[in-house]
Amino acid sequence: MAKKESNFTNMLATLLIVTFASSAALGFIYELTKKPIEDALLYKKTLAVQIVLPEFNNDPFGEAKRVAVGKDTLNIYPGRKDSVLTGVAVETSAPGYGGDIRLLIGFLPDGTIREVAVLEHKETAGLGDKILKSKSDFPLQFEGKNPDNFKLGVRKDGAGEVDAISASTITSRAYCKAVQKAYDALKKGEIENE
Amino acid sequence: MNNLKNFTKGFIKENPVLVLFLGLCPTLGTSNSAINGLSMGLATTFVLVLSNVVISSISRFIPDKVRIPSYIVVIASFVTVVDFMMKAYLNTPGKNFEPSIYDQLGIFIPLIVVNCIVLGRAEAFASKNGVFASLIDGLGMGLGFAFALFMLGSVRELLGNGSILGFKFIKGDGMLMFVSPPGAFLALGFLIMLMRKLNQKLAKN
Repeated sequence: MAKKESNFTNMLATLLIVTFASSAALGFIYELTKKPIEDALLYKKTLAVQIVLPEFNNDPFGEAKRVAVGKDTLNIYPGRKDSVLTGVAVETSAPGYGGDIRLLIGFLPDGTIREVAVLEHKETAGLGDKILKSKSDFPLQFEGKNPDNFKLGVRKDGAGEVDAISASTITSRAYCKAVQKAYDALKKGEIENE
Repeated sequence: MNNLKNFTKGFIKENPVLVLFLGLCPTLGTSNSAINGLSMGLATTFVLVLSNVVISSISRFIPDKVRIPSYIVVIASFVTVVDFMMKAYLNTPGKNFEPSIYDQLGIFIPLIVVNCIVLGRAEAFASKNGVFASLIDGLGMGLGFAFALFMLGSVRELLGNGSILGFKFIKGDGMLMFVSPPGAFLALGFLIMLMRKLNQKLAKN
């Protein structure tokens, strides 16, 4: 196919038309997918809250509270059944080996850890990703423990009672740190029965 | 060149990954399991087909000096479309909160823009051929890429985790190395070796 000669006007016109057409198309697609994307993110969070909290029939997101711990601000979502507090889910994060590890931690009203869901992580496949419940028993050592009398720290650092994932000490430390932060937020948030 | 030949060349004779060595970055990065490799391959196919079609139909109106920027804008638009779509419809976590496909492919989806297969086909094929031929070329090359990624992903998942597409075949943990980056290089090397052997055989006949 013959090459088209380039001059200032036709280059300018071409680039204008191409960029204009593509932005128009993208704007259209953005509008089209905006709702499904929001739904998908909300579904993800709802699912996580349902996993970590005991039975509830309120709207934990509607009652969300923001609590500052150190430099961060954490979201906490109280779960109530007939206005009696059944548990509190705390969204927390800490820098791991490959990026932030984001967790959602479900506490019982007395501060006992009920269950932990990993919202997002970028840890090494096969090593650090053992923080997922489907991959190893590491997360199980937190369940049923109350950070009041269970020191959240890696045992080999002498910092606590958690057995680290072998070859993933940085990941394990970050996980403990995130749980500790969530517990601090829970204490500070002072969520009570209504 | 007839259309059938045009379509099948992407699989064996000119397989983008195993013969042309194009797009190795996403290949190595997203092939740690069969499903990841396949989804990445299909996402790239989608972009490749649409960008080939659009570029082949507009290339005769585009002045020579601004063709690369124009092509990149077209490609980037389709990649963004794929990104939005996957975020909306492939973003559902599993029952036990396993990460969704979108979460696993993460950063690699936007990076399809700089995948040299896409720009390579635009420049080498779509800008010189008709719309239909470009569509076939995009489809063949894309599926060839998906095929290579799926093969590599299956081998790595089988050796590293004892499963393919999540179905467990071998008990135990498997060889961890194959799920991590060194295993990608090794498995890719052996796949390329097999491909060369096959191509030599085909050339003789």
